Amino acid sequence: MNLSIIHYILASVLQFCGFFMLLPYFVGVYYREPQRFCFLFVALICIVIGSLGKLIKPKSKVFYAKEGFVTVALSWILLSLVGAIPFVLTGEIPFYVDAVFEVVSGLTTTGGTILSDVEALARCTQFFRLFTHWIGGMGVLVFILAILPLSGSYNMHLVKAESPGPSVGKLVPKVKNMARILYIIYIVITLLETISLVIAGLPVYDALTLTFSTVGTGGYGLLNSSIESYGTAVQVIIILFMFLCGINFSIYYLLLIRKPKEILKSEELRTYIGIVIVATLAIAMNVKDLFQNMFEAVLHAMFQVVSIMTTTGFTTRDFNLWPSFSKMILVLLMFCGACAGSTGGGIKVSRLIVLVKSVKNEIVRMIHPRSVKRMHLDGRPCPDGIIQSIRVYLAIFVIMYLTSVLLVSFDNFSFETNCTAVLATFSNIGPGLDMVGPSGNYAAFSPFSKIVLMFDMLAGRLELLPMLVLFSPKTWKK
Amino acid sequence: MKIVIVGCGNVGSAIVEQLSGEGHEITIIDEKQDLVSDMVNSYDLLGIVGNGAVYSVQMEAGVNEADLLIAVTGKDELNLLCCLIARKAGVHHTIARVSNPVYYKEIAYIKEELGLSLVINPELAVAGEISRLLKFPSALKIDTFAKGRVELVKYRIHEDSLLCNMQLKEVRFKFASDVLICVVERGDEIFIPDGNFTLLAEDEITIIASSTRIASFFRKIKVPTMRAKDVMIIGGGETSYYLAKFLVDMGIKVKIIERSKEKCEELSELIPEAMIICGDGTDKDLLLEEGLVQTESFVSMTNFDEENIMLSLYAKSKSKAKIITRVHRISYDEIIDNMNLGSIVYPKYITAENIIEFVRAMQNSVGSNIETLYKLNDNRVEALEFLIHDDCPLVGIPLQNLKLKKNILICTINHRGSIITPGGQTVINVGDTVVVVTTQTGFRDIRDIVE
Repeated sequence: MNLSIIHYILASVLQFCGFFMLLPYFVGVYYREPQRFCFLFVALICIVIGSLGKLIKPKSKVFYAKEGFVTVALSWILLSLVGAIPFVLTGEIPFYVDAVFEVVSGLTTTGGTILSDVEALARCTQFFRLFTHWIGGMGVLVFILAILPLSGSYNMHLVKAESPGPSVGKLVPKVKNMARILYIIYIVITLLETISLVIAGLPVYDALTLTFSTVGTGGYGLLNSSIESYGTAVQVIIILFMFLCGINFSIYYLLLIRKPKEILKSEELRTYIGIVIVATLAIAMNVKDLFQNMFEAVLHAMFQVVSIMTTTGFTTRDFNLWPSFSKMILVLLMFCGACAGSTGGGIKVSRLIVLVKSVKNEIVRMIHPRSVKRMHLDGRPCPDGIIQSIRVYLAIFVIMYLTSVLLVSFDNFSFETNCTAVLATFSNIGPGLDMVGPSGNYAAFSPFSKIVLMFDMLAGRLELLPMLVLFSPKTWKK
Repeated sequence: MKIVIVGCGNVGSAIVEQLSGEGHEITIIDEKQDLVSDMVNSYDLLGIVGNGAVYSVQMEAGVNEADLLIAVTGKDELNLLCCLIARKAGVHHTIARVSNPVYYKEIAYIKEELGLSLVINPELAVAGEISRLLKFPSALKIDTFAKGRVELVKYRIHEDSLLCNMQLKEVRFKFASDVLICVVERGDEIFIPDGNFTLLAEDEITIIASSTRIASFFRKIKVPTMRAKDVMIIGGGETSYYLAKFLVDMGIKVKIIERSKEKCEELSELIPEAMIICGDGTDKDLLLEEGLVQTESFVSMTNFDEENIMLSLYAKSKSKAKIITRVHRISYDEIIDNMNLGSIVYPKYITAENIIEFVRAMQNSVGSNIETLYKLNDNRVEALEFLIHDDCPLVGIPLQNLKLKKNILICTINHRGSIITPGGQTVINVGDTVVVVTTQTGFRDIRDIVE
């Protein structure tokens, strides 16, 4: 393990963390809120410590996959621990574990809060809380790679460990340029949504912060009622942008370089759209009696479906009160998640496609034992390694999920609460059912359960492996 | 620059290693999935699995936007086809590796008609390097600049050498020589020495000067400068063919031992002057019977690196011959170096040097500026020859007034055909070529050497 280079990268992360925290300070300056000084204080400390840490240059540049996993996992933990400090200093979240939970939930774009009244927060705190979604959505290290002149082969290991999806399709030869392209697309989408929301009548501050939450597929809202009290126009805009951010970002790159034919080949995109439509219609039919007309039923069904599937976690209605068929569909969507390479979480549509196909192939092999069949994805043969890694991923997913449910059930809440709380954090969604449903929150869990859920959120966001590698004793053995 | 490399075998990976270190945007194409994924894991580049001569694969690799395509698969025909298609797809510069002597004979025609920017023939380059070594067997490595007028010779100082424990300024004074010792490798360390540097036994020094002066210098320090009279070559591949051709022209007696009957007959047709032995080159008795003990030089060039190293070790134990070993793949340079085997020739590095030379020159907006480039001492030192254009800011300034970066030495100046070893008062003129040795790598222009 090359600790010196990990140390160096972590110092850069801390430095950047400081710069990010200046943003809420400026918001605070604008609104003249006293809480801003907490952010300034922490920001300056981060910048100083980070800059000092960077003075020690790495001794060797040896960097393999395990260093990539460990660095990414440690960076996220570091960010969460540091990001929680301002919440405690402002006194808005007095307990440190709660504050860390809130930041982890923000960075991992989960959006499950421990606050029962989010409207009471100062504007700068609120800004910071939603900004964590934005930066966590695309990834902190991706951001750093796009800006810092880190060169060498190790970039790819970092991106691999941080980006969601079974395999990272490189768009351009250099990781740095790829990181830039991703962020440019991301920023363009952010601007588009902000402008749309402003046109729809929201104040600039609300539009911008809600956009952070949407494009990062996070789910923190400005109001206790999430998106329910906004007008239809705003809700439609949010549906659209949640949907767009659940799509693999390489699709936008293909659009950019004018290769639309390639997009049509994407099975994942077609399946994703298909699932959204089918789930929306099924739920709309199921809940139509709760609404005055069919349009409203479809609108709210679609909002919930897109929000859950992209793992955002905004709500316009308390789906906890819906019939159990609708609830079940939403729970299934929680497992499914968004597309690989998007800002969303969950198992990912492409993994499910490969799994379903491999099951199909296995069945064919039972009937024709000597048959040779190569699995294809997007019209290309799928490498064996990927199929294997997806199976392993699913196995780990199930094991970690069940273990977490077991650990959380110490708190003696209802079965539904435990199962969906773990699922909603693991898939980075936010709201689950029952006590953690759209009208509830995570405040009641014991600190131990909160730590378990935090681990789940980080593991879910980083695609399980980095956290496992970090905590595996073998990694640290010489 | 955007560079597409087709084929990532020995040569391809050596090129990637160099070019990716210099910050180019590289896309590699190879048919073997595992080779590609290895490369993608170790370097910052885009990997595509497929046949590089297929148009759609090339388009996927972004050939239409690339500045350069380098085709270095093991198959000449495939390389040429790749370049041809890439040219049609809009790449301005293409480099092909062509090894087969049959094609190489007509290479000027092929190059012209297919619009190739550069043709590299690793086998020929290796043969050239070996033949230079056989001309002067005391050297470990010989590179040439200024169309052969300047030589860069690497030499290991033996314990009983006159150079032992001598300061560099003494060397110059005592032997009244005009050669420059530009690099010293001692163990793992590399020095660009100054006048107070003391030479020790087992140092590997690199000397630069015109070829005649180098020869006279070695005579003065009592090192034999006679060329080898005969040579025994194990393995009869393409390199052996090219090498034998060179050596026969130089009047050196050539003996090639090759296992395959067919190849032997082919070689004997092509080079009637050479003695071709059909037999197993790894057979001890055969080697002894064919005069391993008496031979003056021994070149092991079978297709297996391990076999070559073993053969060379055996030859070293049996004879006092100059030993040259070709190593294709093995990357344990340090270990092989420590075996003290004499000269080791790495085809992949020689090829990579040629290509980097071309790429750096291409990158230069001013126009071609680098004439020649060599990587010395395991790629840790670069020797570059620059051509001085009229807009060069260094022209007309005495060298002592130039603020050079650290670890840079201006070794020779070729002024209208006469080779000058520069001093403080020397001035660079337009049209000169200047050889610079440095431990900082990546220079593209002569102006990069000043602060």
